[in-house]
Amino acid sequence: MMKPARFHKDLSPRSAGNKAWRWVALCTLLILIFFLDIALGPVRIPLKSVLRIILSLPGEDSTGHYIVSQIRIPKACTAVIAGCGLSVSGLQMQTLFRNPLAEPSVLGVTAGASLGVAAIMLGGGSIITLYTIRELGISGSWLITLAGCLGAAVVMLLVIMISRKVRDNMMMLIIGVMVSTATLAIISIWQYFSDAELIKDYLLWTFGSLGGVTGTQLYILGLVTLTGLVLAFLSSKTLDALLLGDNYARSMGVTIHRARVIIICSTSLLAGSITAFCGPIGFVGIAVPQMARSLFSTSSHRILIPACCLIGTGLILLCDLIGQWPGNQTALPINIITALVGAPMVVWIILSKNNLSIYG
Amino acid sequence: MSDPQTLLTTHELTAGYHVGGRSVAIAGPLSVSIQPGRMICLLGPNGSGKSTLMRTLSGLQPALGGTIDILGDRGSSLHNPSRLARKISLVLTDPVRHNNLTVYSLVALGRYPYSGWLGTLSEEDKRIISWAMGMTGIEDYAQRKMGMLSDGERQKVMLSRALAQDTPLMMLDEPTAHLDLPSRIQIMQLLHKLARTTQKGILLSTHELDLALQVADEVWLLQKAGGKLEKGVPEDLVLNGIFETVFDKEGIHFDKETGSFHIHAGSSKKIGLTGEGAAVFWTRRALQREGFGVTSEGLPSIHTDGSTWTLKSLSESRSFTSMAGLLQALRTKSISHEDIH
Repeated sequence: MMKPARFHKDLSPRSAGNKAWRWVALCTLLILIFFLDIALGPVRIPLKSVLRIILSLPGEDSTGHYIVSQIRIPKACTAVIAGCGLSVSGLQMQTLFRNPLAEPSVLGVTAGASLGVAAIMLGGGSIITLYTIRELGISGSWLITLAGCLGAAVVMLLVIMISRKVRDNMMMLIIGVMVSTATLAIISIWQYFSDAELIKDYLLWTFGSLGGVTGTQLYILGLVTLTGLVLAFLSSKTLDALLLGDNYARSMGVTIHRARVIIICSTSLLAGSITAFCGPIGFVGIAVPQMARSLFSTSSHRILIPACCLIGTGLILLCDLIGQWPGNQTALPINIITALVGAPMVVWIILSKNNLSIYG
Repeated sequence: MSDPQTLLTTHELTAGYHVGGRSVAIAGPLSVSIQPGRMICLLGPNGSGKSTLMRTLSGLQPALGGTIDILGDRGSSLHNPSRLARKISLVLTDPVRHNNLTVYSLVALGRYPYSGWLGTLSEEDKRIISWAMGMTGIEDYAQRKMGMLSDGERQKVMLSRALAQDTPLMMLDEPTAHLDLPSRIQIMQLLHKLARTTQKGILLSTHELDLALQVADEVWLLQKAGGKLEKGVPEDLVLNGIFETVFDKEGIHFDKETGSFHIHAGSSKKIGLTGEGAAVFWTRRALQREGFGVTSEGLPSIHTDGSTWTLKSLSESRSFTSMAGLLQALRTKSISHEDIH
């Protein structure tokens, strides 16, 4: 094999330098939103007090301390976890299906997770309500996480099997919506035969909420999401190769089957666990990867995965802030806000045909 | 079974598909080999199984029967993608139009089999990427997005990616499809040069018969699905008439003299043509298009010296200063039917 002997000029992009400011700006913005999210809420607590509580300085009243440390900080942390997890699972699905509109809620993965959760909440009968699951502590949290992830994985597998027969992006989306609808219909049947109390509990869950995930649950959710994120980051090289399609990826040395299994695992862990604890939150998975691609102007997953984490976190925190706008006594469910932000984004992606056709 | 110089050898290989538990053989059984530094063109009409054979040889789909030996690997070791990725690089017809991918990062993907677990590139990797881009002449748009390139440029990028993979074998499935004529010639010349300078074995499937005849060291000719594969030096295949039998169809005629295809209307009108230079070639083409069978003598006849055309028939002799005038005269009744027999 002939090796290039002549000197060749380095054509590699000097991206590290000229993109550093974007990372700095993003992080700064994120920290700002994070503190805003903790500082603002239905109960007005002076900024100074909030700062003192965060820094564990003495002298603040116990109500304020409780609200900040037991409600707002866990909620903000949940928002960070959900933001990272949902956007990275969306990014992985977009690469796997080569479709910019793929994401957990569009292709029915969220619905699958919902089915898993419903199976526990409704199927367990009156003994197991969401409340009692929380009372169960660690084992209950693991149970609902497992159910969510399994439900997500089952639907993901189903969609992948169908996607191998369908080449067209739009067709794939319609099929995803159908899978989603069918899954939700099964839940509806289940609801129909369930007690009113359980249904109410379940319905509240479907509104989606970042609140209420505290203590061990937060640790479990964090741990599972971290596992999913690490899996995703480890497969970033494989994901890059998959951008060219299965055949090219295989010719470059990717074991397609193994790559798929890892990506399905990661996506199911991320989307499943977050859906189980926070309810179905849609559109974050579409909007964030799209924003990350345009902001960093790259397709490299090594950059896109951390970028998605930052932007996703920022977006969810922002949606949460909007939902609990100061002066508003009740906080709006998070998935209503994300839908209001995300749905126009989807329409925009479809309208700019250029964006869609690029995935071939 | 093969000398160490051979890159790829097949023995009684059958390529095809499994459909519902039954196997459908598309090509083979065939025994072929690829030597380093050789450019081989796989030709054949649509549906003759070119793509299936390419996919089988490149390990994308399993063979129905027979064996493939790629640089000493055969059988199950061919099922290891990362091992195979260092031996064969591919240029496929699969569309790659990911618009956020820069040319550089796409070519860099060619280093996949060698780069670190996160895809970080070493200095050596970067050097090979630059070399690969230099070979195809795409250094100038290293930072451009794939969506901004023309089809020809895009194909050169895909070719660079395959080069960056730095494999002894390269296989290309219809690399010149959808390209304009200059790009087609450029790509074929480039591949020919690459085979010579890098000692790679290059196999490509194509519909460009004229070009393939000019640049290929060897031609593999698939007649039809399930049919035999004829192989040899292109000139041999032309002279022994195999080319004609494969591609001669209703209304199309392969001309051994010029190595090109003619559309003939199937008329029995005969006309003589004499003269010199390029004018004779182009006049023959025009006459053939008009439905004449062109012979070297006979009446009516045309003589051309490059600037004037003289039309002689039994009754008269007329001169024309352009082909248009000549053709117009031939179309009108100024020459009687008895003259054109």
